[in-house]
Amino acid sequence: MDGFPILSLMMLVPLAAGIGCFFVGANAARWLALIGTLVTFALGVLLWANYEIGGPQWQFTESVDLFAGFKYALGIDGIALMLIMLSVFLMPICIMASWTAIQKRVGEYMAAFLFMEVLMIGVFAAQDLFLFYIFFEAGLIPMYLIIGVWGGDNRIYASYKFFLYTLLGSVLMLIAMFWMVAEAGTSDIPTLMQYDFPVGAQTWLWLAFFASFAVKMPMWPVHTWLPDAHVQAPTAGSVILAGVLLKLGGYGFIRFSLPMFPDASAQLAWLVFALSMVAVVYTSLVALVQHDMKKLIAYSSVAHMAIVTVGLFAFNIQGLEGAMIVMLSHGLVSGALFLCVGVIYDRLHTREIDRYGGLSINMPYYALFFLLFTMASIGLPGTSGFVGEFLSLAGIYQVSTWVALICTTGIILGAGYMLYLYRRVAFGDQKNADAAAMLDLDKREWAILAPIAAVVLWMGVYPESFLAPMRADIATLDARLASAAPEGDSQLQAGPPRAAAANAVPEPEHGEGEGAH
Amino acid sequence: MHSILIIVFLPLLAAIIAGLGNRMLGNVAAKSITTGALFISAALSWPIFLAFLSGSAEAEVVHVLDWVRSGDMTFDWALRVDALTAVMLVVINTVSALVHLYSWGYMEEDPDQPRFFAYLSLFTFAMLMLVTANNLVQMFFGWEGVGLASYLLIGFWFKKPTAGAAAIKAFVVNRVGDLGFMLGIFGIYLVFQTTSIPEILAAAPAMSGSSIGFLGMRLYTMDIIAILLFVGAMGKSAQLLLHTWLPDAMEGPTPVSALIHAATMVTAGVFMLCRLSPLFETAPTALMIVTVVGAATCFFAATIGTTQWDIKRVIAYSTCSQLGYMFFAAGVGAYNVAMFHLFTHAFFKALLFLGAGSVIHAMHHEQDMRYYGGLRKHIPITFWAMMAGTLAITGLGVYHLGVGFAGFWSKDAVLEVAFARGTEISVTAFWLGVVAALLTSFYSWRLMFLTFWGKPRWIESEHIQHTVHKTPAEAGEDTTGGYHPHESPITMLIPLGLLTIGAVAAGQAFAPSFLDDAAFWAGSIFYNENLMSAMHAVPYWVKYSALIVMIIGFAGAYVAYIAKPDIPAKFVAAFPWLHRFVYNKWYFDELYNAIFVKPAFWFGRQFWKLGDVGTIDRFGPNGVAWVVERSSVAAKTIQSGYLYTYALIMLLGLVAAVTWVLF
Repeated sequence: MDGFPILSLMMLVPLAAGIGCFFVGANAARWLALIGTLVTFALGVLLWANYEIGGPQWQFTESVDLFAGFKYALGIDGIALMLIMLSVFLMPICIMASWTAIQKRVGEYMAAFLFMEVLMIGVFAAQDLFLFYIFFEAGLIPMYLIIGVWGGDNRIYASYKFFLYTLLGSVLMLIAMFWMVAEAGTSDIPTLMQYDFPVGAQTWLWLAFFASFAVKMPMWPVHTWLPDAHVQAPTAGSVILAGVLLKLGGYGFIRFSLPMFPDASAQLAWLVFALSMVAVVYTSLVALVQHDMKKLIAYSSVAHMAIVTVGLFAFNIQGLEGAMIVMLSHGLVSGALFLCVGVIYDRLHTREIDRYGGLSINMPYYALFFLLFTMASIGLPGTSGFVGEFLSLAGIYQVSTWVALICTTGIILGAGYMLYLYRRVAFGDQKNADAAAMLDLDKREWAILAPIAAVVLWMGVYPESFLAPMRADIATLDARLASAAPEGDSQLQAGPPRAAAANAVPEPEHGEGEGAH
Repeated sequence: MHSILIIVFLPLLAAIIAGLGNRMLGNVAAKSITTGALFISAALSWPIFLAFLSGSAEAEVVHVLDWVRSGDMTFDWALRVDALTAVMLVVINTVSALVHLYSWGYMEEDPDQPRFFAYLSLFTFAMLMLVTANNLVQMFFGWEGVGLASYLLIGFWFKKPTAGAAAIKAFVVNRVGDLGFMLGIFGIYLVFQTTSIPEILAAAPAMSGSSIGFLGMRLYTMDIIAILLFVGAMGKSAQLLLHTWLPDAMEGPTPVSALIHAATMVTAGVFMLCRLSPLFETAPTALMIVTVVGAATCFFAATIGTTQWDIKRVIAYSTCSQLGYMFFAAGVGAYNVAMFHLFTHAFFKALLFLGAGSVIHAMHHEQDMRYYGGLRKHIPITFWAMMAGTLAITGLGVYHLGVGFAGFWSKDAVLEVAFARGTEISVTAFWLGVVAALLTSFYSWRLMFLTFWGKPRWIESEHIQHTVHKTPAEAGEDTTGGYHPHESPITMLIPLGLLTIGAVAAGQAFAPSFLDDAAFWAGSIFYNENLMSAMHAVPYWVKYSALIVMIIGFAGAYVAYIAKPDIPAKFVAAFPWLHRFVYNKWYFDELYNAIFVKPAFWFGRQFWKLGDVGTIDRFGPNGVAWVVERSSVAAKTIQSGYLYTYALIMLLGLVAAVTWVLF
């Protein structure tokens, strides 16, 4: 792969297909989009296959000087590789999920998705600070359009809210970026990751980035755009929103906040922990009382993303790797859950939980998939959800038992709201004749759910495939953070072993006791 | 290939085939595949157990696949086989195979049989992963896997709202325990930098004096770790405070109750304590808690068992109570005794449940014992099987003759060892255990008398009324309503017969190995030689105490339900508050509803309506939009188009600029 610009090619394919979509009919646009995303996915597989584990930190690098030190520079490490894989894997699924659900302006819709894919690959591959910013912010536009044009009844409000929230945070980040470039004299991300900013300035820079990433994550209390955006977005929009866009916040933390401002990260970790703890309990309880399926899953996303943030700010290998796996897993699982909602929404055109019931009877395979993703969301061992959650929480336990305890209550609350949802949808009697008449999954729906199910199990049983490419990068980051890492509250202190075992009993004298043999 | 691989993975394979094949495969094929797989697993398990019994086998670990490598934290998929595992293998696979067979008859008319059998096999796989785990995380995998299977099987008849509710309750209450288990694993990793069970057990004694911070407290390291793990065990094994899910779990089909909620899954907590017994031995405070919780549960659950009318609920509370015995045996350091009671209990409790299933089958799904009566002659085989189970659970046996049913050997050992341990707490546990034994005998015989003796009261049952199309008034004198209970089919009777052998003989046959043979355990659990000697040396009154209270309990039940059947009603009339308290299960459900469930929903609504909508949105995005709108309105009035407005603003701006520059 030496010198072959595969990353640019991966962006070029969907770009070309996206432009093409404007000029062809509805059906041709669908096929063009599907083929475009599949080719990109195939290139992604090629990318992964050629990624050299244990090789140089930045691979597949490309760089073209543009103007004033601004560069078109691409390159990935293992972390970016995994997130790119997640994006290109979900994209064809999104296209298939929109196959029949989208009937108006199909060409434009498909183009929006393809442009989105370009921008998502770009954001993870960018090696120049401003290039990253452009991709990062431009990603808003197609999403804004997808919600605003193809969304539900209240789509305008939702799309404005989405735009307003995410943009306000970004302005501060842009200012911080200018300052950084002026200070360090370069906009090269790998160089900046090594650069030691003055400790005093780090705090302000960290806060400026935090404003943007916290919204994207989303962290409590700047999460309220998410439920509205999800509810109004078409199914595939929700999948990309949950699957990839929410990962930008976590990616931002791991790529910028932590390596560039390690001291500030350590100083302000308490803020992240506090917001995350609130998020786990608060949004889980809110999820419990939702009547709208998509809203419920949206709130559960906030709770899951809080596990990511505590894992990231645990400053140790388990926390960081766990956070990455939670991100990947959540991308798959919540994406799949939105697809599951989409499957029945397409049939009955309502997301109202009470309109369903007893779907295990008429849709047994649907119920099976839904169960698997529900269990993965709850973090059942053997699914991807467990590995990430377990590692992040194990990581945070080493820092703070309080944070670990509060965040681990998420496994109880998560089981509560997800099983309550599952019960109302799949269990019980068939209350509504129209819901009872729905047909089980068709071939297209099998094709979108089965691959995700397979990966969810793969990541749960053998996560090594996903951990291995990221290992060296996480280790580098961990080493960078080592000096700032906080002390845990466990403070193990050795002591002289207690003399005897708990139930040490003196040897009885023989022949004593009535029943002695 | 090692036979353990077949034993563990064959049920998984069968579950996948039967589950995914489902209706394409058909009932008979699905049932044959799963049942066949389980009989093969069972057949392969016994030789392993016998090899350990004869001392010719050694512990080994079969590596299957890497699982997670994250920094220093690594754990793999691996199967550990040692004496402790071997005991569990025969228990799980034998009972599971028999329950599979039994379900051929019991679930005969169910439209959804492949799914049922797939779940049963899936459960067995998860349970096997649990007991063969060589690291704590795989144990947790099995732990949650059985939880999933239990959830699915409790909710098997998912059309019933009560089944769906019970399934969620079981899962969520177990998750409370799992919270403790997970934190325990994290603590262990923090202290030992490993999750491998043998490594932890080897390193634990050296850590016994160390201390650690937890939630701002400073505690003995091993105590807090053991307590956290025990919270997990309490959830899975339905111990006091986390027991509320088990009685509700009876919503599942009866074979499920026998396999999961009596013989195997609920004993996972006891197994965990025994597996980690060297660790628990370094944690005296934790063991004290184990003893107290175990003893309290065994007493508390037995009291409730005396008042319930539903035949399965009586047995469910009985299970809860018997698990309490196992825990306090472990708490006083007699892990082998705990395992022995687990072993015998698996046989006689499965027998009782399957017997109850046979009765329910005969009585057309009626589970209320008030509508049974006089069934002894109608279903004699079931009757004798239940009789053997009852004699086993009540622990009939005579010390000086050296003969007794299974429960005699194991329950008496539990009581004796608690007495022999000699601390205040262990002797209190002994006395609570004796009282619970009395209650056990009372409710077990009450169950037998109400079901098999007396006059038939069948016609009062709605299920029977539907069958014979008569009301009690129409039936008149004939309280049978003309209904003819029928003995169960052969597929149900064979498991009953085989389990009867276990209930009668398992104690007698295996007591020497389990209780006195340190070589049999071969270091797989903490074996306390001195305590065992002390156990055998307890006074005779201790050894006979269980038999004496068993006879008192029997006599009490005989008087109350056969000789003078009006006594229970009089008792209830005399002590209505006591009866209400016990009959309503000490009001735990009501309490938990009031302090956990309702507040959770209330807070959820408040956070949503007042927090998100009322505060964050109101002052956040909507507030910003409002400000923007207002200021644009203000700006609009300035941009009026009149020249003098612009001139005024220009002037003001000029003044401001000049002021800025000059001063």
